[in-house]
Amino acid sequence: MKIYSNGVVANEDVSLDLKKGEIHALLGENGAGKSTLMKVLFGIESPDQGKILLKGQETAIKSPQDAIAKGIGMVHQHFMLVPSLSVAENIILGVAPVKGIFIDKKRAVQEARDIAEKYNFHIDVTARVEEIPVGVKQKVEILKALYRGAEILILDEPTAVLTPQETGELFVQLKKLKENGHTVIFISHKLDEIKEICDRATIMRNGRSMGTYQVAGMSTDEMSRLMVGREVVLKFEKKPAERRQTLMQVRDLTVHNSQGVLKVDHLSFDVKGGEILGIAGVEGNGQSELVEVMTGLNQNYQGTVRVANTDIRKKSIKEIRNRSLAHIPEDRMKSGCAGTLNILENLFSNQYERKEFSGRMFLKSREMQKKAKEWIAQYRVKCSSYKQKVGMLSGGNIQKVIVAREFSTNPSIIIANQPTRGIDVGASELIRRRLLEFRDAGCAVILISADLNEVLSLSDRLAVMYKGQFAGIFTDAEQVAEDLLGQYMLGIKKDEKLEGAIYESCETL
Amino acid sequence: MLNGIFSVEFVNSILRATTPILFATMASSVAAKAGICNMALEGMMLLSALFGVLFSALGGGIFGAATGLSQFASFGVGFLLTVLVGGIIGMIFAFCILQMKADEILAAIALNLVASGGTIMLLMAVTGEKGASNAIASVAAPKVTIPLIESIPVLGKILSGQNLLTWLSLLSVVVMHLFLYKTPMGLKIRAVGENKDAAESVGISAKKVQYIALTISGMLASMGGFYLSGGYMNMFTRDMAAGRGYIALAASSMGADTPIGGFLVSILFGIAQAVANLMQLTTIPMQLIQMIPYLTTLIGLGVYSYVRMKRRKRLLQSE
Amino acid sequence: MNRAKRFEVIRMVFAILIALLISFIIIFFVSEEPVNAIVQLVTGPFKSKRNLANVFESMIPLVFTGTGVCIMFSANQINLAGEGAFHVGGLIAAVAALKIALPAGVSPVVCLLLAAVAGAILTAIPAILKIRTEASELVSSLMINYVALWFSTFILMQFICDPATGSASYSIPDAASLPSLMRGTRIHSGIFIALLVAVLGYLFLYKTKIGYQLRIVGENEEYARYSGISIVKVILVSQLLGGFIAGLGGGVELLSPIYDRFSWTASLGYGWDAIIICTLAKKNPLYTPFAALFLAYLRTGASIMSRATDVSFEIVQITQAVIILFVVAEQFLSRYKHKMIAREAKEALKEEEAS
Repeated sequence: MKIYSNGVVANEDVSLDLKKGEIHALLGENGAGKSTLMKVLFGIESPDQGKILLKGQETAIKSPQDAIAKGIGMVHQHFMLVPSLSVAENIILGVAPVKGIFIDKKRAVQEARDIAEKYNFHIDVTARVEEIPVGVKQKVEILKALYRGAEILILDEPTAVLTPQETGELFVQLKKLKENGHTVIFISHKLDEIKEICDRATIMRNGRSMGTYQVAGMSTDEMSRLMVGREVVLKFEKKPAERRQTLMQVRDLTVHNSQGVLKVDHLSFDVKGGEILGIAGVEGNGQSELVEVMTGLNQNYQGTVRVANTDIRKKSIKEIRNRSLAHIPEDRMKSGCAGTLNILENLFSNQYERKEFSGRMFLKSREMQKKAKEWIAQYRVKCSSYKQKVGMLSGGNIQKVIVAREFSTNPSIIIANQPTRGIDVGASELIRRRLLEFRDAGCAVILISADLNEVLSLSDRLAVMYKGQFAGIFTDAEQVAEDLLGQYMLGIKKDEKLEGAIYESCETL
Repeated sequence: MLNGIFSVEFVNSILRATTPILFATMASSVAAKAGICNMALEGMMLLSALFGVLFSALGGGIFGAATGLSQFASFGVGFLLTVLVGGIIGMIFAFCILQMKADEILAAIALNLVASGGTIMLLMAVTGEKGASNAIASVAAPKVTIPLIESIPVLGKILSGQNLLTWLSLLSVVVMHLFLYKTPMGLKIRAVGENKDAAESVGISAKKVQYIALTISGMLASMGGFYLSGGYMNMFTRDMAAGRGYIALAASSMGADTPIGGFLVSILFGIAQAVANLMQLTTIPMQLIQMIPYLTTLIGLGVYSYVRMKRRKRLLQSE
Repeated sequence: MNRAKRFEVIRMVFAILIALLISFIIIFFVSEEPVNAIVQLVTGPFKSKRNLANVFESMIPLVFTGTGVCIMFSANQINLAGEGAFHVGGLIAAVAALKIALPAGVSPVVCLLLAAVAGAILTAIPAILKIRTEASELVSSLMINYVALWFSTFILMQFICDPATGSASYSIPDAASLPSLMRGTRIHSGIFIALLVAVLGYLFLYKTKIGYQLRIVGENEEYARYSGISIVKVILVSQLLGGFIAGLGGGVELLSPIYDRFSWTASLGYGWDAIIICTLAKKNPLYTPFAALFLAYLRTGASIMSRATDVSFEIVQITQAVIILFVVAEQFLSRYKHKMIAREAKEALKEEEAS
C-alpha cells in the first residue's frame, strides 16, 4: 500500500505475485496505480504498508541502485539514455570494464556485443544512441538492465513508442528472455498485445487490484470490463443541446511529432456552438498534438483548421485567441501559469489588452484587482489574497486560477485538455459545471479527458481517439455503455466509416 | 607586416597568446561536459596569476637557496601550489552551486569579484603596491630546449625554446581528450552533463561527478593563470586575466565543448591576438587592435551559432 | 507583509551581516590597526558633510545601472552588457558635449539622449544576436563590454583627446554640465534623474502592459507563448530599455561635477555592481535606490578607510561578493524557511478550524 504525501491513496492493498520465467501483464487505465506500484518495486518510492518478498525472503528496496543489485531492472517510458554516447557506452555506464586507468573499450564493446547476441538483439553497439531509431533505443534499455544482471525486468508501456514492426520484434525478444528464465512485468493497456505474449495478467483499477488471471482463459472483452469502469456515476442536470453555428472545423488534419512519428492521422470533425464534444482515449493517441494545432502552438501540420470561420494557418496564437478561443492546457505548471508570479498576475495574461484592463500604455490596476477578487470568490480559489504566489497554491486551486482566467474572456470556443486531472472533487465539480454553463450559453466545448466518468457525463457527442484517428463517434454520449467505450479505446473495435463527426451542411465553406 | 606573418617569431607569438586561453578553454570544456557553465574561470585565472607569483617567490626563497636550483625550485613549488589552490577554488565554486544551490552565473560573478578585489588586497598586503608585483622577484617558467630538434632549421626554432607551460597546455589537450573520452570518470562526466537522470538511474552520483569536474576545471584554469604571470609576463598586474576566461567560454562552446574542438578555436583566437600584436608595429591605432580578440570572438560566436541553428532546423524539417 | 516576504528580508539582513563579519575578519588579518579601519569603514561616511555627500554622489550611477539590469534580468536575459552601455554612454555624452554646441538648457538633454541611445544599441546587440542566431547572450555581452571599452578609448584618443593631458578629453563645456545642488558637495541634479528612472522603471515593469508581458516571459516563457505574447518583441524591448537606462547613467555620471573630462580608459565596474543591486532589490527598480544607497555607503566608508589606514578599498568587492553568494544561495537558511512555512500552514489550518 502506498499513500502519497498529499493524502492520495495511489495503491491500496495491492498484491502481485510473480513466477520465475513468466511474462506478467500489469493492466490498467491511466492513473490506475500501475506506475506507483512499479516505483515501489524499483525503490524509487517506499511503501507505507505491506511487504515485498523476493525469492521467499522479505526485502526492502531502498533505492534504484538497491533494486539493480537485487536483480530488478526497469525500462522507463522515457528512455534513460545519453544520446551522444554509443550503445556500448550506455550499456556499461557506471560499471565500465577498465584496463589500467582507461576504459577497456574493446572489452566493453565485446561485452555489449556478447550480451546483445546472447538475447538475440541485432544491434550495432558502436552506433551513437542519438542516431538509432526509437525501437533500438528501447533494446538498449533492456540490454542495460540485463548487463547489470536483472532477473526481473519491468517494462513500463514499452510499445507506446514503437511501430508495429518494432513491437513484433520486441515480442520475439521478450519470449526469448522468458525462455532464458527471466521474469518480465509488462505494463500496458493494449489488450491485443497482452493476449499475444503474456502468461498472466494483474488488472488494476483506481489503485486496487482487480485480480490476477490467466491470459489464455480470458477474452479481451472481459479484460476491458475489469479495467474500465465507473466507480460512481456522475450525474449532471443537462438540458438538451441547442446546436448553433459551426465554430471549430478540422479537415484532414495530419500531424507528426518532433521525432517524425505520425500522431494525428487525417482527422476531420466539426464542433458547433452549444455542444460539448468529448474526446476520450488512452493518453498518447494524438490528443495533445491535436490540441496544439487547434490552439496555434504548433504550426507544423497538414490539413485545415478553421476557428470561428477563419483558417488559422499562419495565424499567431494571439490572433487565434482573439477569435475568442479559450484553452485549458494539459500541463498546468509548464504552460498554464507562472508559479513565481502572484494570482492576479496569472489571471490576466490572455486579456490584459482588453479595454477594461488597460489603456494604451498602462494597466488599470484597480479594475484588475476588483476583477481578481471577484473571480477568486466566484471560483472559490483558496488563498490568502490575490497577492499570493500561484506556485504556493494546491493543484486544484492553481487549476481554478487557470480556469477563471480562460473562462473570464467570455469565450465562444473552449478547448479543455484534462481540465480536472489530479485535482480534488470540489474543484472538479466546479469546473465541470462551468463547462456545462458555457455550453448552454452557446459555446463550443472540446473536452479531452482520460477520465471516462467526466467525458461520458458531460459530452453531447463523444469521439474515441485511437492512434491519431477517431475509432468511433457517438452522437448520444450518455447512452454509451462503458465497456463498449473501453473496446474502442483499446483498439478492439474500430468503426470503418464514421458518422456524425462532420456536419454535412456547408454553411462555413 | 606580411613578412611578420611568415616568421618564426609570429608562430611563437601565436603559441604565447594561445597558451592561457587554451588552458582556460580546457577548463571550460570539462565543466561544460559536466553540465556547468563555469564563468568563474576569469576569477580563477586572476587569483592563480597572483598566487603563481607569490608561491614562486616562496619556492625560490625556501627551496632554491637550499638546493641552488633556484629557477626550477621556484617554478616547481610555485606551479604545484598554485594548481593545488586552483583545485580548491574549483571545489569552493562547486560547493556554492551544488551544495548551497546558488545560481551558477551569479556565484561566478561573486567569485570573480572576490578575485578582482582579493588579488589587489593581497598584493597590497604583501608588497605595499596596488598595480603590479614588481617588488617580488618572480622567476618565469623555464624554457624547454630540445637539443636535437633545435638544429632543424625553421621547425627547430619553433619547437625548441618554448615555455614549459606552452608544452603543458598542448599536453593538456591530449590529456583532457583521453580523460573525457577514454576513462570511466570521463564517461560519467559526459553522461551527467547530458542526461543527469540517466546517469543517476544507473547509480552515478551527479553531484560527486560535478564536484570532480569543477575541481579539475579549477586546476586547469589555475595553470592558465599561472602562465599569465609566469610566462606571458613576468609579473602580476591587476585584472591581468583581461577577459580571457570569458573568451575561453566562447572558445569552448564553439568547439562543441570538446578538447580538440576547443584547441582549434583557441588557436584561432591565439592567431587573432598574435595578429593584433603584430599590428602594433603599424600605424593603426592601438585601441582598435586591442579590440581584435574580442571582436573575433563575438563574430565567431555569431557565425558558429547561426550555422548550428540552421543545421538544427534543417534536421527537424527533414523528418 | 506575509511570511515569505519577511523571510526574504531576514535572509538578506543575515547575508549582509555575515558579509560584513567576513570583511572584518579579513581586515583583522591584513591590517596593523584593524579597529581603526573598521571604525572608519562603518562611521566614516558620517564624519563630515563631504563624506556624506560622497555617499549620495556614488549612489547615482548605481541606481541607473541597477534599474537597467533589473529590467534586462526580469525578462530572464542574462545580458551583462550594462557595463559597456554605461561606459559608451559616458563617451557619447562627452563627444556630444564637445562637438555639438548647444545652449545651456538644451545641451545636457541632447547629450544624455544620445548617450542613452548608444547604450541601448550596445545591449541590443546580444539580444539581436540571440534572436537571429541563438547565440548565448551571456558570452556575447561579455565580449561587447571589452569592445565597448576599447572603442571608447579609441574615440577618446583619436578625436577628443586634449594634448595637454595626454589621456583625457577636452574639458566638458559648462553648458552641457549638470549643475551641483549644494555648495561644497558634488551632489548634482542627476540624482533626480536617477530617482525618476527608478520610479519609471518600476512603473514600466509593474504597471504597463509591456512590463507585464516582460515579467511573464521572464518567469515562464512557455506560459507566455501559450498566452499569445510575442517573445521576440519582449526580449528586444527589455534589452533596448535596459541599455538605454545604463547609457543614460553613463551620460549623467560624465556630465556631473565629478568629472571635468572624459578619461575612462578602464572599466568602472558599475555594470557588475548593478547585478548586486538587482539581486538585493529582487529585480524591482523601486528598491534599487535603497540597494544603491547601501552599496554607496559601503564604498564611501571603504574609500575613507583606505585613505586613513592600510586596508585597501578593494575589500568592498569581497563584501559584495559574499552578499551575492548568500542572497542567491537557496540553501542558505532554508531550514529556517521550511519551519516558518510549516508554522504558517499550521496556523492557517487552525484558523480554518476555528471558522
